[in-house]
Amino acid sequence: MCVLAHIIEAAGIATVALASMRPVAELVGAPRTLHGEFPLGRPLGRPSDPEFQHDVIGRAFALLDATSGPVIESHPVVIEEASDAVSCQMPPAFDGDASPAVSEARGIRKAYDRIVERRGVSSVGRAIDADTVPAAIEALERVAAGTPLKEADLPGKNTVAVCHDVRTYYEEAAVELANGPLGSGRAIENWFFEETEAGKVVLAARKALADEGVPFPFWFYMAPGHR
Amino acid sequence: MSGDAPMRSHAGSLPAPEFPNPAFVTPVPLAQAKVAIVTSAALHRASDTAFAQNDTSYRSIPREARDLVLGHWSPNFDRAGFTEDLNVVFPIDRLEELATQRVIGSVADRHYSFAGNQPDDLATIIHDSGPAAAAELKADGVDVVLLTPV
Repeated sequence: MCVLAHIIEAAGIATVALASMRPVAELVGAPRTLHGEFPLGRPLGRPSDPEFQHDVIGRAFALLDATSGPVIESHPVVIEEASDAVSCQMPPAFDGDASPAVSEARGIRKAYDRIVERRGVSSVGRAIDADTVPAAIEALERVAAGTPLKEADLPGKNTVAVCHDVRTYYEEAAVELANGPLGSGRAIENWFFEETEAGKVVLAARKALADEGVPFPFWFYMAPGHR
Repeated sequence: MSGDAPMRSHAGSLPAPEFPNPAFVTPVPLAQAKVAIVTSAALHRASDTAFAQNDTSYRSIPREARDLVLGHWSPNFDRAGFTEDLNVVFPIDRLEELATQRVIGSVADRHYSFAGNQPDDLATIIHDSGPAAAAELKADGVDVVLLTPV
């Protein structure tokens, strides 16, 4: 991001960059940088908090008064990522023949549909659509049980893209299912990987693929690196 | 289990490109400035072409668009904040408010999005797609760019 600041400034346009990582920002030395020690993925700090977002933007725009650079300042508020999981009300499983994960995925479909209706858009669809999520989970269950990837009939084929879609399907539904505040960064990620059946299936399939010896990029990016 | 700490540590260990004699532009007063957002969140309209892995290209986002997909390929950051409120990544509604309040001159008609997870050398961004987006911003009459990282 700070690299783009140099490029845009070279075209004759003033820039101010928000930065999540101060050491990186210092290294790149963009003309004007406001560093915010906020959860990664939240450069404005807090969703649904216009006042805080305006505070961040105001401090960033104040750097435009500097007469020389590089100038870098840090926002005084530090926001930690969540250490626990968001609390979600899961619908009761209704499909006795399906595995717990597949039944769970079908069970949250109405919540997913509600959030898509409300937002008008979904980030599911990189490799599979919402209708295909249960079949993808079934394939990941086969992988986790030891079926080689090439024989697992994974819809969408690309393991990283499919896992993105499964996770996003759950995480978008979670915004509807939450029993209250959505929490800080990663609270919903923690819920998906630590409390849902599908999250456990993704992690088990990832481990099985690593053990199978498939190339590193095929399995590693199926989940965040620290998992 | 922290996810952000190892990402910060990893990013801090990567080499950064050098910019000898970097430009430093003095903008017009903010109250007269046309402002655009450039983000590395790989945002794109649902109807637009999705970002591929290691995609070095960019998308333009019309000022009025809110049907935005988070197309970033990295699994290593929070996405739920964006689902709740896109302004936490792409503060377009905040810019509109600032324009109404006459804190900024105006909001640009087009904003731009790159994918943050780039090949390590950044060569295409530095020599090709970055300057191309900058030229579009210049043609749009933009005075100030707010960059938001993911």
